[in-house]
Amino acid sequence: MSKLEKILYGNRLKPILFLVGLILILPLVVKSPYIFTILILIGIYSIVSLGLCLLIGYAGQISLGHAAFFGIGAYTSGVLTTSFELSPWIALTIGMVTTFFIAYIIGIPILKLKGHFLALATLGINIIFYILILGLNQLTGGAAGLIGIPSLSLFGVPLTDKLFFYFFVWTAAVLVLLLSLNIVRSHVGRVLRSIHDSEIATETLGVKVENYKVAIFALSAAFASLAGSMYAHYITFVAPPTFYITKSILFLIMVMVGGASSVWGAILGTTVIMFLNEIIRFVGHTYFGISGEVEIVVYGLIIILIMMFLPKGLIHVISKPIQKLKPKKKVSVKAHKDMISQKGV
Amino acid sequence: MSKLLEVRGLTKRFGGVTAVSDISYDVGAGEIIAVIGPNGAGKTTLFNMISCFLSPTNGEVYFKGNKLTGQKIPQLAHLGISRTFQNLQIFHNLTVLENVMMGAHVKLKTNVVNAAFRLPRILKDERIAYDLALDAIHLVGLEELMFEQAGQLSYGLQKQLEFARAIVYKPDLIMLDEPMAGLNDYETNRMADYIKKLKSEGSSFLFVEHKMATVMELADRIIVLDFGKKIAEGTPDEIQQNAKVIAAYLGEEVV
Repeated sequence: MSKLEKILYGNRLKPILFLVGLILILPLVVKSPYIFTILILIGIYSIVSLGLCLLIGYAGQISLGHAAFFGIGAYTSGVLTTSFELSPWIALTIGMVTTFFIAYIIGIPILKLKGHFLALATLGINIIFYILILGLNQLTGGAAGLIGIPSLSLFGVPLTDKLFFYFFVWTAAVLVLLLSLNIVRSHVGRVLRSIHDSEIATETLGVKVENYKVAIFALSAAFASLAGSMYAHYITFVAPPTFYITKSILFLIMVMVGGASSVWGAILGTTVIMFLNEIIRFVGHTYFGISGEVEIVVYGLIIILIMMFLPKGLIHVISKPIQKLKPKKKVSVKAHKDMISQKGV
Repeated sequence: MSKLLEVRGLTKRFGGVTAVSDISYDVGAGEIIAVIGPNGAGKTTLFNMISCFLSPTNGEVYFKGNKLTGQKIPQLAHLGISRTFQNLQIFHNLTVLENVMMGAHVKLKTNVVNAAFRLPRILKDERIAYDLALDAIHLVGLEELMFEQAGQLSYGLQKQLEFARAIVYKPDLIMLDEPMAGLNDYETNRMADYIKKLKSEGSSFLFVEHKMATVMELADRIIVLDFGKKIAEGTPDEIQQNAKVIAAYLGEEVV
């Protein structure tokens, strides 16, 4: 890592190593297959929330339709591997590429909208997709869903074993994290945050704002599609309710709770919400005798509380004390003064 | 003196109101031109038409002999024109350094693809942006505040920051919309010094301003607007003597 990178963005090696360490250690500690399933789902959903974090937290564009892109991936994989008997890997790739282009084409007109108009437009995408998968009976199995989606296999080893699939999912998640970090820790990251703050000023500096917004929208959709394909191959069954608006909102809540202004927040938020989900279901079921989707009620409350008291998300609670521990500012100013003197300015 | 910017018969009508009517003037290379006029004279409308924020009803603008009217806003920076805003447009959540680095965008070749895979070009671009930004920050003396969030700065400092961001990539023409508005005397003088310094390095300026003392001190030529029409053009001395200008500002004697 160059000195300049450290000055501009701080260290990224330590948190990555921490995450990788955690991923490696957890299978040794966790024995319950139930928790393991949740860990796998966290990995899958983290891929979606990472993309969404780039779009919402950095570029400042909202999307309430990412469940549709998640669904396009899942259904492309499902349909191509069952009806057409393609290799799951080819299906996954086709899904990602298709989703990228669909999102790109949709993105060109709708990203001209701002704020709640954009939210409504993306909500519309989700509804259209939902009705399509319900209606295209012959292809998608309609309301009954698609069954018998094959599992993934890697170098001849089927990933039906939870441990293998766990490592596979988290490898993909870490790769997506690295791509996202690369984007964020470059001039593009600054461009995206500038668009968030003032589109008009960004344009006058020579940035073709439209292109950046559409590119990030399509990229985040492609991430969602990748996650969707993995989901389909893991659960081996897909049905329309999984890809309804409530899922889009869930993705949004994950990003918001974790902290949209940091890619680390996306993973943190996904983890917190997934475990909370299980706790709420358990408590609701055993102590109150409620069945059905009670968690959505609690999510509503959580998002209100987070927006009121922690607008920067949970990641802020963690990162702030760490930053306070280091006398970062003084070191940085000194470092840049050294650089100035080197340059002879 | 070679002509950098040529304004030819610009007119803007909003419904029945003619905000700017048939205005023509030139900006030469290395010149500082000020546009003044009472409130509502059409200065900002004129400004926005030149910088392609508004399309004119009639007339054209040429920059270095090429037609500017009808260009997309991002294209202007690539041609070498930068502007600031009357109602400050800085990036509040970026640090001062990052704000100024954004100004170097036209010099960089970073895009989403090469950033995602961290190709060598990225690191080179970071270096270019950082070096250019340091020079600009050094000019306006914001070194101590480099790592502060821009939103935390006082209004005067934000104004200097926006100025620094506009001049990072050494544009040929810098358009400033009321650069001194809201600044105290000390800050005004400093801003005037920056402008004079950049002029000596060959930059041209076109600015709209209300503070007469600064206008008279800085401008090579002044264009006076009143009710959308150009009523006078000339050196500061000529403008001060001009009867029409005095009438526009102070009112005419009723005989």
